[in-house]
Amino acid sequence: MKRRGFLAASAGLSTLAAPLAAPAFAQGAPIKIGMITTLSGPGGYLGQDIRDAFQLAVEQEQGKLGGTNVQVLVEDDGLRPGQGKSIAERFLRNERIKLMTGVVFSNVLGTVAPDVLDADGIYVSPNAAPSGFAGRECHRNYYTMAWQNDTLHETAGVLANTLGYKRMFILAPNYQAGRDALTGFKRKFGGEVVQEVYTRLDQTDYAAELAQIRAARPDAVFQFHPGGLGIGFLRQYAQAGLLSSVPQCVPAPSMDSTTLAAVGEAAEGLNLTSHWNTDFQNPASQAFVAAFRAKYNRTPTYYAQQGYDTALAIGAALRQTRGSIDPAAFRTAMLKADFQSTRGKFAFGPNQHPVQDWYALKVEKVNGALALVTKSKILENEGDSYAAQCRL
Amino acid sequence: MALLAEQLLNGLQLGVMLFLLAAGLTLVFGIMGVINLAHGSLYMVGAFGAAVTAQVTGSWWLALLGGLLAAGVTGLLMELVVLRRLYARDHLDQVLATFGLILFFNQLMVLLFGRQPRFVALPAWFTGSVEIIPGVPYPSYRLLIIAVGLAVAAGLYVLIQRTRVGMLVRAGATHREMVRALGVDIRLLYTLVFGLGALLAGLAGIMAGPVFNVQIGMGEQILIQTFVVVVIGGIGSVRGALFGALLVGVVDTLLRGFVPGLLRGLLDASQADALGAALSSMGVYVLMALVLLIKPRGIFPAHA
Repeated sequence: MKRRGFLAASAGLSTLAAPLAAPAFAQGAPIKIGMITTLSGPGGYLGQDIRDAFQLAVEQEQGKLGGTNVQVLVEDDGLRPGQGKSIAERFLRNERIKLMTGVVFSNVLGTVAPDVLDADGIYVSPNAAPSGFAGRECHRNYYTMAWQNDTLHETAGVLANTLGYKRMFILAPNYQAGRDALTGFKRKFGGEVVQEVYTRLDQTDYAAELAQIRAARPDAVFQFHPGGLGIGFLRQYAQAGLLSSVPQCVPAPSMDSTTLAAVGEAAEGLNLTSHWNTDFQNPASQAFVAAFRAKYNRTPTYYAQQGYDTALAIGAALRQTRGSIDPAAFRTAMLKADFQSTRGKFAFGPNQHPVQDWYALKVEKVNGALALVTKSKILENEGDSYAAQCRL
Repeated sequence: MALLAEQLLNGLQLGVMLFLLAAGLTLVFGIMGVINLAHGSLYMVGAFGAAVTAQVTGSWWLALLGGLLAAGVTGLLMELVVLRRLYARDHLDQVLATFGLILFFNQLMVLLFGRQPRFVALPAWFTGSVEIIPGVPYPSYRLLIIAVGLAVAAGLYVLIQRTRVGMLVRAGATHREMVRALGVDIRLLYTLVFGLGALLAGLAGIMAGPVFNVQIGMGEQILIQTFVVVVIGGIGSVRGALFGALLVGVVDTLLRGFVPGLLRGLLDASQADALGAALSSMGVYVLMALVLLIKPRGIFPAHA
């Protein structure tokens, strides 16, 4: 309650301050965009893809977004919430940055976003989207370009229904995001959850869990093990010979093109859900994938696509406001989402989170090499489970 | 029954991995009196040595050699450059210095190989699985780990109980002063013991490569359980390390495998699963506390 009051008060103050700030933009100085993202550690490639794709969009417009000169400042949060917070404070105070983006992990976002919003800044999330900011604590100056966290796992539940799985064995590491994943999956899955297993975050050997899966004889397995954890899990899953008997149905973070390259054959046949994939046929997506491959010589993950769409959305808003980032004007422009999204359709819901289509993907051999292949659309114009709680 | 047998095999496999690490740790502590927190770093160095050699040469035998060489040389350097200065110091100094070594080796690996986890392919003859329990195909590579671990245990038994070096090692563990007084070159013995410990840790790292991720900080993940093994088994006793490791491996695996299932009979399913996960991760520490209550010096104390 206290924070809401504080937010309201600072919003009030800012309307007084806005006319003073406005002349600075008229002089044509570049708008500074602060990017706080994770570039080191096992999760470092996620932030790297977001940053590279965002900068690709800026380069394609010769240093501009929506016709406005921009300057992107990138800092590594090291997946430490405290470090993220101190970077945000430095950006706000020393660099006078009012527009920020970049955070990959929800726990970092939890410290960064409140600071930015309290200072009447704008935050556009390219990835992390915890339930708090989607529901009761939604904010006028907070936008999400990817999805809401729970939706990732809910769509996997829908996919399990679609594929006709009745009995599922579900696993996730025992921490907040892991517990949210299992809750999200169960919210939409219609069948029976045979067993729910929490692994340890520092676990490397999954033999005991694999034996339980074999004994439980489920129709399929849902598991959320992002990054390095998932690579270990999938390899051992294949080594245990389970791949041929028990299929998997997982959310996007458990299998992106980087983990696919690391896991190799052990991933063949895996079912997953995503809002975007490299094989999308729309011109915006094809152009993005080609440009990204040409510049960085690797296949973009969906994190890269989200970074790119974030840049496009900010660009579209800046075009309409003619370079102003006055929060009220920016919001009106931003909510129109007047840009060609790489995922085809894109709109903001009432809580300023995406309303979009979701697809079933499968890992298959294409011309001898494993790739994520889009199979079918499973959900249309899907928002998220918290939008109803948000009053803006 | 098949599930229980499979979980026992899994426990055995975890146990022998822990044994390979614990044997070196317990010898170094029992004989040299040094607490070496950087033992896990040798495991990591061995794993990286093998992973890199395998990627460059594509040969599993060369990878084995590369891993052992990397761990052995690193171990000898560690002993010569750092640990030798610490024998006379108290345990706090040793803990501080070897903790520093952990940070040093982790950062060194980042500089040399980057942060991405590395992967080692399974050796070609061990990619399949064997049905040693009817209806349960068990990965043959995990059977190989068990076989190698037990062979090393047997080899260590012969080395320590039946050879002259082994006699000195045993004597060094129980009557350090007397060995010195009899004119044995204790420095050389220390270097040999430390080198042996490093080789065993490196071997564990090499074996772990194809199953687990080879990544920065992998040593610390397994080191905590290794310390539990050493404390349960009795510090300085290789026999204790073997029994302690098998006990910890089996107990940890069985708790993870069965506690949530048993609780499901009593509680609501998702509560049972959450509570089970918490209880099973505490399990080995509770076991350690119980052992210390009954036998404060471990099951097979070396310094009787």
